[in-house]
Amino acid sequence: MTALDLRRRATSRAVEVFCAASVLLALVPLGFILFFVLRQGVPSLRPEFFTQMPKPVGEPGGGMANAMVGTLILIGLATLIAVPVGVVSGVFLSEYKRSRMGSAVRFAADVLNGVPSIVVGIFAYSVAVLPFRRFTALAGGVALGVMMLPLIVRTTEELLRLVPESFKEGALALGATRSRAVWTVILPAALPGIVTGILVALARVAGETAPLLFTSLNNRFFSTRLDQPIASLTVQVYTYANSPYEDWHRQAWAGATVLIAAILVFSLMARFVTRRLERMHRGTA
Amino acid sequence: MSRDVETPSEPGIRIRTEVRAPEAPPAAAGTAITLRQVNFAYGDNHVLHDVSMDVDEKRVTAFIGPSGCGKSTLLRCLNRMNDLIESAHLTGSVLVKGRDIYAPGTDVIAVRRRVGMVFQKSNPFPKSIFDNVVYGLRINGVHDRATLDAAVEKSLTLAALWDEVKDRLHHSALSLSGGQQQRLCIARAIAVEPEILLMDEPCSALDPIATLKIEELIYSLKERYTIVIVTHNLQQAARVSDKTAFFWLGRMVEYGPTAALFTNPREKLTEDYITGRFG
Repeated sequence: MTALDLRRRATSRAVEVFCAASVLLALVPLGFILFFVLRQGVPSLRPEFFTQMPKPVGEPGGGMANAMVGTLILIGLATLIAVPVGVVSGVFLSEYKRSRMGSAVRFAADVLNGVPSIVVGIFAYSVAVLPFRRFTALAGGVALGVMMLPLIVRTTEELLRLVPESFKEGALALGATRSRAVWTVILPAALPGIVTGILVALARVAGETAPLLFTSLNNRFFSTRLDQPIASLTVQVYTYANSPYEDWHRQAWAGATVLIAAILVFSLMARFVTRRLERMHRGTA
Repeated sequence: MSRDVETPSEPGIRIRTEVRAPEAPPAAAGTAITLRQVNFAYGDNHVLHDVSMDVDEKRVTAFIGPSGCGKSTLLRCLNRMNDLIESAHLTGSVLVKGRDIYAPGTDVIAVRRRVGMVFQKSNPFPKSIFDNVVYGLRINGVHDRATLDAAVEKSLTLAALWDEVKDRLHHSALSLSGGQQQRLCIARAIAVEPEILLMDEPCSALDPIATLKIEELIYSLKERYTIVIVTHNLQQAARVSDKTAFFWLGRMVEYGPTAALFTNPREKLTEDYITGRFG
């Protein structure tokens, strides 16, 4: 073997090692987070955690049933707000790619995506809390919805662009109008990916705390009313973790565990739904 | 001539809305499409020069010529599919059954219903076979189940696909083979009962057996439809068409009965092309 060959092999080997090390390094934080949360959270997770309400300080036990329901309601509201607006905007961007309005919207979505979540919270506070002089679940939904919006807009746009132009041509050649072609052929073709994007966005905002602090606030009682403050897992964890009580710290760890598990479930659902929809499309089912 | 058609040597082409073709003769009986002085450009790229021809009704007309000669572009002028391209300009007149389809106020949607199209690459929608065939009907407001069922059977039968798919109409169209997908696209196009069927190299992605089936289909469909087919395959043009037009560099060099054009071309260029001296 020549010296050159040896050097090539050594370089190749070094790059491989470097790549593997980087991957490991990237996974280390995730590993640590899971390790600590599970170690502290799992022992405090008892069945009543899912069924009971928070207990007053000093009384052991109790749960976060209200906060779990609250989080579901909040992300449900956020989805109702963000999905219609986001998908329609995504369609606009993919249909009017080069229009001035299109680039403005695209830029705005990217900026919005980078706005710190606390700022989104302040925005929601000023438009959905101040005028009504009340913290409400709805305001929390607005805040989370605004956070989801740019994610949904950009995923929808990207996925619509991946739909072959030939589908659109086919629809137009049959006498479809452009909007008809989009709604009946192009959007359905991109649907699996869009659904995934929505679920990923959901998983992301489900873990937000800051936008909820001064919108939906918190609620020690069970509430499903949209015009009242509502509890959420994240705010509950935040409150408990900040408290001086040992019991509450345990509850906070348990809450964090549930949150992580829920986000994992969302991600798995996203994969599952995507596969199902894609298979339906391809007709191999 | 008062028409706003410029000679190819002049730069640029004027915007189409100025063009009227009042003195274009009414289409003679038996003529499905009349082209007069058609010029077409994408931006500064002048693709078609002064094409004038009459396409016979209920016959198969083939467009042949080397790549980039403008034959596909011309085909796409016949149902205004080129409207999708922003910088496209057309001058001259395209009459379908005597009506100028580029006249101001023309309903493009209606034009495309009368002039169906089958594309080079089969493009069934990611929906069921049934939903593919009835797509054109549904968007035109037909929702009656019995009507749709009848249309599906009729169109698929005409497209020689019924026997192969009748038991799985609600399976995905993408589960079909390439040749079946292309026949499905033909069924989808004829389900809306167009008068004219445009085919843009419909067999270029198919194996010889599937190609043969499509050719037989074309032969049987010409009883009902006027068919214009673009093909790279000279044998195919010779087999399926009644008349053939040969295009070269955006001009129609020769147009006549297929047998005559292939056995006894008038133009030297045509002869060179069909004998394989270039192309």
